[in-house]
Amino acid sequence: MRVALFVTCVNDALYPGTGRAVVRLLERLGVEVDFPEAQTCCGQPQFNTGYRAETLPLARRTAAAFAGYDYVVTPSGSCAAMIHDNYPKLGLPEAESLPGRVYELTEFLVDVLGVTDVGAYYPHTVTYHPSCHGLRMLGLGDRPLRLLRAVKGLDLVELPGAEECCGFGGTFAVKNPAVSAAMAADKVRNALATGAEVLCGADNSCLMHLGGTLRRQDAPLRTVHLAEILASTEHSTEKEPLV
Amino acid sequence: MSGTYLGMPAFPKAAAVSTQNAQLRANLTHATHTIRDKRAKAVAELADWAELRQAGKEIKDRTLRRLDHYLLQAEAAVTAAGGTVHWAQAAAEANRIVADLVKAKGEREVVKVKSMATQEIGLNEALAAEGITAYETDLAELIVQLGDDLPSHILVPAIHRNRGEIRDIFREAMSRWGRPAPEGLTDSPAELAEAARLHLREKFLRAKVAVSGANFLVAETGSLVVVESEGNGRMCLTLPETLISVVGIEKVVPTWRDLEVFLQLLPRSSTAERMNPYTSIWTGTTRGDGPSDFHLVLLDNGRTDTLADEVGRQALRCIRCSACLNVCPVYERAGGHAYGSPYPGPIGAILTPQLRGLTSEVDASLPYASTLCGACYEVCPVAIDIPEVLVHLREQVAEHGTGHRAERAAIKAATWLLDHPAAYRTALRAAARTRRLQPRRLPLPGPAKAWSDTRDLPTMPEQSFRDWWKTRGQENTP
Repeated sequence: MRVALFVTCVNDALYPGTGRAVVRLLERLGVEVDFPEAQTCCGQPQFNTGYRAETLPLARRTAAAFAGYDYVVTPSGSCAAMIHDNYPKLGLPEAESLPGRVYELTEFLVDVLGVTDVGAYYPHTVTYHPSCHGLRMLGLGDRPLRLLRAVKGLDLVELPGAEECCGFGGTFAVKNPAVSAAMAADKVRNALATGAEVLCGADNSCLMHLGGTLRRQDAPLRTVHLAEILASTEHSTEKEPLV
Repeated sequence: MSGTYLGMPAFPKAAAVSTQNAQLRANLTHATHTIRDKRAKAVAELADWAELRQAGKEIKDRTLRRLDHYLLQAEAAVTAAGGTVHWAQAAAEANRIVADLVKAKGEREVVKVKSMATQEIGLNEALAAEGITAYETDLAELIVQLGDDLPSHILVPAIHRNRGEIRDIFREAMSRWGRPAPEGLTDSPAELAEAARLHLREKFLRAKVAVSGANFLVAETGSLVVVESEGNGRMCLTLPETLISVVGIEKVVPTWRDLEVFLQLLPRSSTAERMNPYTSIWTGTTRGDGPSDFHLVLLDNGRTDTLADEVGRQALRCIRCSACLNVCPVYERAGGHAYGSPYPGPIGAILTPQLRGLTSEVDASLPYASTLCGACYEVCPVAIDIPEVLVHLREQVAEHGTGHRAERAAIKAATWLLDHPAAYRTALRAAARTRRLQPRRLPLPGPAKAWSDTRDLPTMPEQSFRDWWKTRGQENTP
């Protein structure tokens, strides 16, 4: 099987380790991965901030970059939700078929490949924050948790108030910094209370916000994208930078 | 809307202050989490909740599509039942109608049933300017009125107060409005409720005129419906000789069969009850039973304009249950006053700017008072896609609002870069090369400082993903 990786602009620029982890993971599962280099950003920041005209060239570019692929896999529930829920509102004929071919990573693993045990090994205590767009727009349900539970050595602890937003919200984080920070503080307090070593998520933009808050507090908890946990094995060689 | 909210600061400014109020945060977190958990249980009891929600949405949409027809039907039915119907296009007109009706009765005071529409038009203030005192009789509205305060929640207007604060307000202010608080009043809920009961009873028995809103107006018979918990509304609706109801034009439902759907959706979403304790329904006047003079003021106040907006009109489906407030993480932290309107929270963020327009600082900031997390849409009993309307309103602000020139320029520049992959790659490489020079904290003003006041910036990686992919390709190709 051949899939296109939609790495997303945030991962491309700031979290390439997540992109590399998706490639390692999918190749380990026997999937051939392409990276169409014409891809950049899905246009979600433009769209959600109220700039529909500026969204259009990026939606056209994204649709063109992934034309011809039956499966487009992305390690971001938020960017997948943008394509699923908002591209149809843009009225672009060339982007019509894309939403049906885009899969968030855990959706692709569980629904398309039919695996929950991906052969990963990660000997750490982990708590999981389900980001809002994956949770409520895509309806990912317990797919991420089923994948995490099958990881060898991993001790999964429940995050109190898991379904509550972390306060990132794209430009919300800078337009409403006080509320955004207050939400992050509560999320981080809940995460620290679990005693976990790792706060895992499936959207690096939320993890950037929470990781930045944790680092400011010098808190003993690091954020790691789900793909990096699933890509880890007993023989892992790549040392991922702490995010 | 109400003059009392004029000149409110933009949401981020107000919220920057309110998020620092530890007592307020504690009151709100406790109250909203309690109601949200109870609501989840009440809704889970019904196996057909999804179908009810869909029915509620469709009934409202069908009614709104032929609103003119149903309003005329309702007017004819109310008139036939002995009531008088008045039409008010704007707040001032509605206030004038009510004030004239009260004065025509020779009265200087009215008792009020809890009503969002009269909060919206600032009726109490307008009546006060005419020398008429309006007494709020809903317990929470009474607390707000006695405290010279503003409501901060649709269902629980005094949600920002705890019982100690309420005791102090009663002790301090009740005597100025009527019967004083009993000596030695404590903060026990039973004592507070008894103090309010004694204070209000005197007003119920004296009042000649009552003012209410309505949750629903059934077009086929011209019947008005008020659902409530305390029974104070029932007192106002039945004891005085004259009843004036100010009702938004979107409150109409065609038939009693349609009403049945909402009488299931509303209590479970709102107070988390299977059925609310008091449901009062009246049709015009009935000789020897209740008010002998009934006036219905049908209020537009921006609703027709909202109806004209194909995306925004779904806000008119709202039945004021406040479930969206109770699950909103932004409301929970900022509190209701930051929204500068009697309609706070997610629904307020889409309703207020549509009813009042986007001209004031606070109204233009409301569409951004959300992370678009979608929790509001999930619980809305009439499936208002609040995030969709928020984004739609942001488009209008970005298009017409002031102060968005720099943002537009930045968005355009970013879009250009992202639409030119070669330039994009160069920019990523430049950022990677200078990574050691980039601070994690920025003392500079602007969006970067707004971020780095409480959060470290992420560290640039040595190599972007696309550069890694390129080198990997070269290694793999002999």
